[in-house]
Amino acid sequence: MTATELSEATLEGRFDAVVAAEQRIEPRDWMPDAYRATLVRQIAQHAHSEIIGMQPEGNWLTRAPSLRRKAILLAKAQDEAGHGLYLYAAAETLGVDRAELTEKLISGRQKYSSIFNYPTLTFADVGVIGWLVDGAAICNQVPLCRCSYGPYARAMVRICKEESFHQRQGYELLMTLMRGTDSQRRMVQDAVDRWWWPSLMMFGPPDDDSPNSARSMAWRIKRHSNDDLRQRFVDMTVPQAEHLGVTLPDPALRWNEERDSWDFGEPDWSELKKVITGQGPCNAQRVERRRAAHEDGAWVREAALAYAEKKRSAQ
Amino acid sequence: MTDDHVYLTLSEAGPEPEGEARWAYGTGFADPLLGVDTALPDGVEGADLAAYCQMLGDDALVLSQRLIEWCTRAPELEEEVALANLGLDLLGQARRLLTRAGQADGSGRTEDDFAYWREDHEFRNVRLVEAPNGDFAHTVARILAFATARQALYQRLVQHADPVLAAVAAAGVKELAYHREWAQEWLLRLGDGTPYSHERMQAGLDAVWPLLDELFTPHPVELRLGTDPAALREPVLALLSDDIAEATLTVPDAAPLAYVGGRAGRDGVHTEALGPLLAELQVVARAHPGATW
Repeated sequence: MTATELSEATLEGRFDAVVAAEQRIEPRDWMPDAYRATLVRQIAQHAHSEIIGMQPEGNWLTRAPSLRRKAILLAKAQDEAGHGLYLYAAAETLGVDRAELTEKLISGRQKYSSIFNYPTLTFADVGVIGWLVDGAAICNQVPLCRCSYGPYARAMVRICKEESFHQRQGYELLMTLMRGTDSQRRMVQDAVDRWWWPSLMMFGPPDDDSPNSARSMAWRIKRHSNDDLRQRFVDMTVPQAEHLGVTLPDPALRWNEERDSWDFGEPDWSELKKVITGQGPCNAQRVERRRAAHEDGAWVREAALAYAEKKRSAQ
Repeated sequence: MTDDHVYLTLSEAGPEPEGEARWAYGTGFADPLLGVDTALPDGVEGADLAAYCQMLGDDALVLSQRLIEWCTRAPELEEEVALANLGLDLLGQARRLLTRAGQADGSGRTEDDFAYWREDHEFRNVRLVEAPNGDFAHTVARILAFATARQALYQRLVQHADPVLAAVAAAGVKELAYHREWAQEWLLRLGDGTPYSHERMQAGLDAVWPLLDELFTPHPVELRLGTDPAALREPVLALLSDDIAEATLTVPDAAPLAYVGGRAGRDGVHTEALGPLLAELQVVARAHPGATW
């Protein structure tokens, strides 16, 4: 065994000990290459999801039917851009840069959450996205506040607080619509019918089909299995749906006394696969919008760089 | 921190610290006009005050709608955040002003009654704010011109006899100072950046310039309320000229856009751009008359 290998082994031992003791790995600490790569992929995907996620709701910004709702929605879109910024900054601590990650997004080499490849068809979708999509995101993300990588964990604390605010706003919108006219109530039920199953798919494939989960759990990046989180989301959401007065579109949904949990049906995994591999209703349009914004803005970014350079050399 | 129950975890984290003014006006934070006396002061004609609040409120509402169109299209994420921020500030100003209009004319109309249920010709905004966005430089030019003029106006309105208008102005001055600063920075970067950005920035100023005159042309309502905007022309143009020179650009030599039979935005006579903007803004609300959102 060479000295280098020995020190590598020692470093890995220290890394494992820090992770096992529930302490944080920081940017300058040694970490296994695979750990770094996993985090870059996950954080970038998360950042991309925040940015692409502005589009489906942004679709209703100009048409929001009251000025209060318009302000709430605009503030939410702004928060999402902010989340994207924190997350890209967290990814940058791992030695990549935002421009490179953006290139990967618009060339299709990195993904974002497939939920955003579904269309928003009525204003009720804004409420349902807040309630179900942000609700599912919170279930997924709250455990990340304890993620072993420090910058990611700290970004997630702030993001989760804001997400929970968005979720309550979404639910409050739905309560208002359900107290409104028949056509408003129909809009809500229709939106729930369309978003329920995609929301369940946000937790990823079933555990027996999730190859990377075990390693992420050992590294304390992931803490609960996909199926556990999905169950938790269903248990949390069913009473909220009852309170709201909507029907969740799953005939298999029933209370299981023994498990002290709700039984529910199997999502259509073949649909999820299609949406992930690019056949979703909005995949092309979402990436195209992001690409157009990035390319249309290139001359602006170049000007900012040129100006900064002039100022530097004038000093 | 445990994560056994997501909502408990989040509430354990405690409430947001004081002064973290992240939330949009009317989404749960304290109304900045809370406690301001809403009675009409002596010597102020309710109808005039209502018309004036609609003029300023419509300026803010329509420009906010244009800024919202940038969402997901900005050249950089920081500008995504900044443009949304500007849009939110203007939307907040619009909501307070339109609410005041409904109090002042005694009709009790709400901000939404004004925004969603008036026809195009009842909007009293200047034509500057309704023109399509154009490119980023064009947007910067419009924000710079509007924020500079509106800040100068609000600095005077802080002293207005109507306490609500004065309070809106006092809050707005600070917001517009940031809008102006944001636009000044981009004016410099684009004007003195690359040859191409210089050209785009000059084109943006050229497009906006003919629309400035209307901001300084008094309407009878403004004269009756003692808020003649003609006094703003010189100081505002001086500020803009300094900014433009610093950015190595040229103050456009452009004649003002003509009126139509002596009338323009303040009289409800607009450009072709306003109709589609309002159609989009109003479509959902109008499809559900009587609904609450």
